[in-house]
Amino acid sequence: MDVRYVNPFITATCNTFQAMCATPVTVGKPEVKTGEDPSSDVSAIIGFSGDATGAVVLHLSFDTAAKTATRFAGMEIDPEHPDFADALGELADMVAGGAKDHFEGLNINISLPSVVVGKAHSVSASKSAPRLIIPCKTDLGSFSVEVGMVMDRAPARIKKLEATGAMS
Amino acid sequence: MKILLVDDSRTIRNIQKSVLMQLGHNDIVEASDGLEALDQYKRESPDLIFIDWNMPNMDGITLVRKIREIDKNTPLIMCTTQAEKSRVLEAIKAGVNNYVVKPFMTESLAEKITQTMEKAKATATAG
Ligand SMILES: [Mg+2]
Repeated sequence: MDVRYVNPFITATCNTFQAMCATPVTVGKPEVKTGEDPSSDVSAIIGFSGDATGAVVLHLSFDTAAKTATRFAGMEIDPEHPDFADALGELADMVAGGAKDHFEGLNINISLPSVVVGKAHSVSASKSAPRLIIPCKTDLGSFSVEVGMVMDRAPARIKKLEATGAMS
Repeated sequence: MKILLVDDSRTIRNIQKSVLMQLGHNDIVEASDGLEALDQYKRESPDLIFIDWNMPNMDGITLVRKIREIDKNTPLIMCTTQAEKSRVLEAIKAGVNNYVVKPFMTESLAEKITQTMEKAKATATAG
């Protein structure tokens, strides 16, 4: 995966958490995912199709996921709550939608969210290109954003990014 | 004023509802996809409709076109994660009156509602 394509996901993650959860995101150095999948308790997945193929996944622990969902929804949401998966799926939707806005000239469709909930599971994509893991930290806890994306053609240009403090 | 909220995410509908209630709107009905929304639209005759784009069964853009086939007037606000200019244009062409990109700040949501209703009122009086 072209590392230039990772920046839009960083920007979208920062914007989403700032707007919906009122917390800034500190972004670590993105790394290529190797070997074993990192395990997480909650994985919120959005797939891409059209001019780009792949997926973006938010990986969270139960604790971070519950705190994040609670802040987002403005009411107590624990992993047993019927809206727990819904809230995290919608955040992933916003990250995916925000990121795809930066790939100008490409027609990319995003899937409906899928949310996997289960202690220390892993999510593996069988045939997607090398995937990148973006470590993130907010005042609600740490999580990571996994991105695997292959463009069928290069975007006309990648929109100028707002300063996120990442990749500098 | 009756408002119909159409979004497959209950979390989003709840957030929209709390903003609307803060603005003094308490007459709110909901639907979680386009098909359910069409039913609600016919049954409830809402004065304003919020429409998400990505939903199962019938997506928001299809819903907008279906409503506009039979109703040119009811104000429609698209509220979606789809932010590209091409999508905004597609939605406007289909007949939406306003467009809100998720993630949204609650203040900007409130502003768009006021804006949309004022414009709709002005058009109605002019007509
Ligand atoms: Mg949706």
